[in-house]
Amino acid sequence: MSQPVELPDQIHVGTVIDESHSLASVSDKVGGIVLRRKITLGWVFGLLISFAVLQNLMAGATWLLLKGVGVWGINIPVGWGFAIINFVWWIGIGHAGTLISAILLLLNQSWRNAINRFAEAMTLFAVMCAGMFPVLHTGRPWLAYWLLPIPNTMSMWPQFRSPLLWDVFAVTTYLTISAVFWYVGLLPDLATLRDSAKSKTSQVIYGALSMGWRNSARHWQRYEKASLLLAGLATPLVVSVHTVVSFDFAVSIIPGWHTTIFPPYFVAGAIYSGFAMVLTLMIPVRKFYGLDDIITMRHLNNMAKVTLATALIVGYGYCFEAFFGYFSADTYEKFMIWNRMTGPYAPFYWMLILCNIITPQFLWSKKIRTSPGILWCISIVVNIGMWLERFVIVVTSLHRDFLPSSWGMYWPTIWDWAVYTGTLGLFMTLIFLFVRVLPMITIFELRMLLPGASVKEPVAQ
Amino acid sequence: MSEHTDLNLGIIQKRLERAKGPGYWRSLDELFSTDGFKDYLHREFPRQASEWIDGPDGDDSGRRNFLKIMGASLALAGLSACTKQPTEYVVPYVVEPEKLLAGKPLFYATAFPVSGIANPVLVETHEFRPTKVEGNPQHPASMGSTDVPTQASVLGLYDPDRLQTVNYIGEIRSYTSFLSTFLSLLEKQKAKGGAGISILTETVTSPTLYAQIQDALKLYPQAKWHQWDPIGNGRRVGSQLAFGQFLNTVYKFDQADVVVSLDANFLGNGPGGVRYASDFAAKRGGKGGTVGNRFYAIESTPTSTGSKADHRLAVKPSEVAVLARSLASAVTGGSASDKFIAALAKDLLGAKGKSIVIAGEDQSAEVHAIAHAINQSLDNIGKTVVLTASLEPKPVDQYADIKALVQDLNAGQVDLLLIIGGNPVYNAPNELNLRGAIQKAKTRVRLGLYDDETSEVCQWLLPETHAFETWSDAPAYDGTISIIQPLIAPLYGGKSAHDILATFTEVPDKSGYQIIREYWAAKHAGADFETWWKHTIHDGFIKDSAAAVVKADAKLPPASAPAASGHQVSFHFDPYVLDGRFSNNAWLQELPRPVTRLTWDNAVLISPKTAKELGVENENRVEVAVGSNKVEGAVWIVPGQPEGSVAISLGYGRTRSGRAGNGAGFNAYVIRTSANATYAAGASIKKIDGKFELAAVQHHFAMEGREPVKSATAEDLKKDPLAIQKMSETPNSGLTILPSDWQYKGYAWGMAIDLSGCTGCNTCVVACQAENNIPVTGKAQVLRTREMHWIRVDRYYSGNEDNPEAFFQPVACHHCENAPCEIVCPVAATAHDAEGLNNMVYNRCVGTRYCSNNCPYKVRRFNFLMYNDWETESLKLQRNPDVSVRSRGVMEKCTYCVQRINYAKITAEKEDRRVKDGEIVTACEAACPSQAIAFGDLNDPNSKVSRWKREKTNYSLLGELNTRPRTTYLADIRNPNPELTNGREG
Repeated sequence: MSQPVELPDQIHVGTVIDESHSLASVSDKVGGIVLRRKITLGWVFGLLISFAVLQNLMAGATWLLLKGVGVWGINIPVGWGFAIINFVWWIGIGHAGTLISAILLLLNQSWRNAINRFAEAMTLFAVMCAGMFPVLHTGRPWLAYWLLPIPNTMSMWPQFRSPLLWDVFAVTTYLTISAVFWYVGLLPDLATLRDSAKSKTSQVIYGALSMGWRNSARHWQRYEKASLLLAGLATPLVVSVHTVVSFDFAVSIIPGWHTTIFPPYFVAGAIYSGFAMVLTLMIPVRKFYGLDDIITMRHLNNMAKVTLATALIVGYGYCFEAFFGYFSADTYEKFMIWNRMTGPYAPFYWMLILCNIITPQFLWSKKIRTSPGILWCISIVVNIGMWLERFVIVVTSLHRDFLPSSWGMYWPTIWDWAVYTGTLGLFMTLIFLFVRVLPMITIFELRMLLPGASVKEPVAQ
Repeated sequence: MSEHTDLNLGIIQKRLERAKGPGYWRSLDELFSTDGFKDYLHREFPRQASEWIDGPDGDDSGRRNFLKIMGASLALAGLSACTKQPTEYVVPYVVEPEKLLAGKPLFYATAFPVSGIANPVLVETHEFRPTKVEGNPQHPASMGSTDVPTQASVLGLYDPDRLQTVNYIGEIRSYTSFLSTFLSLLEKQKAKGGAGISILTETVTSPTLYAQIQDALKLYPQAKWHQWDPIGNGRRVGSQLAFGQFLNTVYKFDQADVVVSLDANFLGNGPGGVRYASDFAAKRGGKGGTVGNRFYAIESTPTSTGSKADHRLAVKPSEVAVLARSLASAVTGGSASDKFIAALAKDLLGAKGKSIVIAGEDQSAEVHAIAHAINQSLDNIGKTVVLTASLEPKPVDQYADIKALVQDLNAGQVDLLLIIGGNPVYNAPNELNLRGAIQKAKTRVRLGLYDDETSEVCQWLLPETHAFETWSDAPAYDGTISIIQPLIAPLYGGKSAHDILATFTEVPDKSGYQIIREYWAAKHAGADFETWWKHTIHDGFIKDSAAAVVKADAKLPPASAPAASGHQVSFHFDPYVLDGRFSNNAWLQELPRPVTRLTWDNAVLISPKTAKELGVENENRVEVAVGSNKVEGAVWIVPGQPEGSVAISLGYGRTRSGRAGNGAGFNAYVIRTSANATYAAGASIKKIDGKFELAAVQHHFAMEGREPVKSATAEDLKKDPLAIQKMSETPNSGLTILPSDWQYKGYAWGMAIDLSGCTGCNTCVVACQAENNIPVTGKAQVLRTREMHWIRVDRYYSGNEDNPEAFFQPVACHHCENAPCEIVCPVAATAHDAEGLNNMVYNRCVGTRYCSNNCPYKVRRFNFLMYNDWETESLKLQRNPDVSVRSRGVMEKCTYCVQRINYAKITAEKEDRRVKDGEIVTACEAACPSQAIAFGDLNDPNSKVSRWKREKTNYSLLGELNTRPRTTYLADIRNPNPELTNGREG
């Protein structure tokens, strides 16, 4: 037990798991949160608040369905508002989970093991929130299923040239793969919970959920193969989903939308906001559940670095968006960027620059990267910044496009806010439930990080 | 069950018996909705049937009770069965009405009179429901087009807020009970020769009505007849001032090389406006880069007509008469006051006998008289300015006339006051306090369309017929008599002025048809009256009945006193709701005013500089005080408004207008007296706290260097005929990655809009609204920029802020060849057809609004909420059955009137031929007074639209985007005076 963990990427901010842990203590600690920990007042309070906020969604969606999308602030020329902003924002947030679970798995970044389950759950919940908006924002949501290619007697197919249709495919694929990947990854841990559960109910529920996992070598062999395949499937999604989302804008002809830089810039932005959201959620969870021996400083440090790297890519995107606007010598493009910087929505633009480019520069400092409090604040700022980015892209491009006679303004109504805050409530409610009913950290993967996990062949003398 | 009111047949019948008259149906409805009744219906057997069930242990009391009850019921059945059941007529077309083919519209010729001037129309009816108004192409005043109020008149017909019953002090009465009271009052008056009778009408021009009034006055020689209509008095009295007699003026803009407007908004507005716009546009041209006339406007507030001027001078209202006088002296060899007038006079003198100086409807008699005098000096009278006998049988100075009435009222001399039409309590000069005076008449009878401000102070209210419900006659601007025929039976049992006046004579129940027919039968000189009458009704007007040309000499009127110092306020009739008479017409309320682009309210129009001086911004509230009268309104800054003067539209601030007109704007009649009917000098304008939201449909007026409206002078085009097309780059059609373009082998529909001709009058917008069942959204939605008009008339400024050049541009769906909307719709709800139409499939639309976002012209309109009124019964009658009524959540836009295209195609196919050019006329094209829109087949090289598109001034809006729109524009060509090179003011 005293043998130090040997990891190739060992760095000085600490290890990926506290050295005092053993195989049993890891299972006990993570499983114990679900099985033994008392329901605390703080958790109940948090859940109730989240659930209360979720009611905004109920009220907002009900009123919306009764009256029509006119209860929101959208208009002509600004046909898309909060709904699309929030959709893109939530989808973006989801991306960190997939990146962590798929790409980092393929890249053999074992530090991801401690955060991947949580990040994946976050992905799933974020995609659920995101998926609601495209349906709600249509004028006739009860007919939104027409976007699906369902064979019908009229041979009426969706219009395959529309990026919105690609969106449907991208998002549904994303949701499916994420859910399957997440659930497959849960199987060994569900079996662990089944085995260590004391109450009959837990045993039955976890037993059913674990689908007969018996830890046999054959199970493990198939499991490894399946998760590798799923990781392979999910990897292109990290890039493709937000690329397709960016096509919603890039394929159009509106100045400020019609930009070739959008796909990479959107993907970077998605990972950026996703990592920020992981930090936003992980830092408190780590503190309240005393997990700083499992989610160590090294994790925070690594995530902060990814955040900084993607912030720089996003910043590059902003610079070049502005540069191309100027360099195009196109009246409309030039005006678009000028209007963003000096028009009626200029405060939003400069706030976005402040949140997304200036603030993350603090992450160059190792001290800040390893101070959970400051890191948490920065992550919140980045989340706001990324929301503003989508606001600026959607609204400032539409509100003043080609013909000055049609220029207008967009301001959200309370129903816009109700639905938006409602999805935040939904997200937080799901997170609160998740941390209590499922192991928020992958137990078996954590065990693999322990020295005992890797069997070393004795070297022939 | 027990908590419901237990109902049985008896109770139901009793309830029904209690209900009387029109309340009957209502109580049935109410009854049906009670739970007890539903319960009653749902029980298979009547309540007492349950009594049949025997009690326990063979107790047969149940059966006995049942028999007892049944016996009693049978005995009483005879009593309760007497309730009269409602009569319902279900009559199929056993014999089909003549000419009616279900699904095919019928057109009837009639006229819509405004202030006594007939607007000749053809009304489209579907199964005898009037749905749409078109101009009467045979009539010289219309030539197939209409103005805005005429186009919207059909909505006024179905207005659910119209007065629907005969009322006596708030109680519903029958018309017969009115008649018996009225006739007994007349009987009493007979003794004193009708000395206590006063009749107040609007301007009477109907020959038949005048004859009826004369007949009545013969029977009651002491009775008095007054006329009051706030519109047109300056014109009327002006002719008297200049010629010494009341005359009517007809202008020949098709012969005028130089036109000068003194505050005249004559293009598409006012008497003859439709014909004038047509003549003016025809003379002006613009095609081929040549302009046939030069137009100067001297205005106290910017109008749509003034926006078309080659040179426009914004002057304080008091200066209009001063400048006119200076011009009058300059054209007679005197000295001109400034360079502008000198150049103008020179131009006019160069076009002697071929020029027109025209004064506006809102202008004073003095300015009208000066204009006549100038025309006289320029030898225009009898050539471009034709004088005819007055169109009114009894022309009077109506300000004096209403004053005389008020004096009689105040002296207590009026026993019986009969007010026919109008709304004098709302719009009479403020100092007369007509509201108070009227109440001094003992019996006050009002025939009116609405329960309005005037009805409020009257005892008997009689619902008036709408022009489309009645027989009548009226002259057009040139005196040509239109016969007005009803298109539908009075919706609310209304009576016409003819019906009411018939009660004065011995034949009170003579029908309107008889009255009109008999009048014209007596007048008719030819042999075969029946044939003549039939033709006249068919055509809608009496051929060659224009008023006789009169010769007269004009003299310059004496100068009025110079205006007091201080701010000035000029009063203008709103271009759409006029003096307020159409204020409950929601189409007109939501129609953007051409210059201000405001809907739903009037505003205090103020120049940018004056606004700065007063420290006010748009929507700031101000108090405008004239003497002791004050009114509060919201400010709207308008470039081109003269400094130191504000302009206010009349016709707003109605309190009893109806659901559309109530609460719209503020009432400027409060500060308007007979002494300052045109403008008030020495007014004070004070900023007060607070803002009042104004719903404008356009917020940016600069072109931002994008030149959506391309304009050049005739001079420029002479130097370089291709100047317009050089202004922008349009990618040629070969630039595509697709192997080859679709070939349009059949028809290829397209449109061209001539910006030189467009006067910004917005008639096309209302016409489109009527044709295509476009809903009104209301002020709150317009504030959120959600108005639904499929076509809009954009207005742009260029040049300096104080007196800019203004341009109009109608924009509807461009039916792009490379339509950006089509590729982004995920459900293919908007798609191209084989004739190049960009079709919108409402049933397929799920409402993502992506198409609208991607439309560079922003012409798509979305039903954000349930905008169409699915509730109000009367409004359903107006809808065009050939166009879907859209529901919530779908996108819509201009279809090039696809229903009209298909109608023509079907007709052509049946006759085995191609659709001819001009066979399809879109609603906007038909309505346009200046014929600035051409629609047709681009595959036919000789079609009007193809010819227009071959013009060198033809350009595509945003053509550089390679959308390749089917709608293109002919540039706005202007013809400035080379002597006035230094800007528009010289």
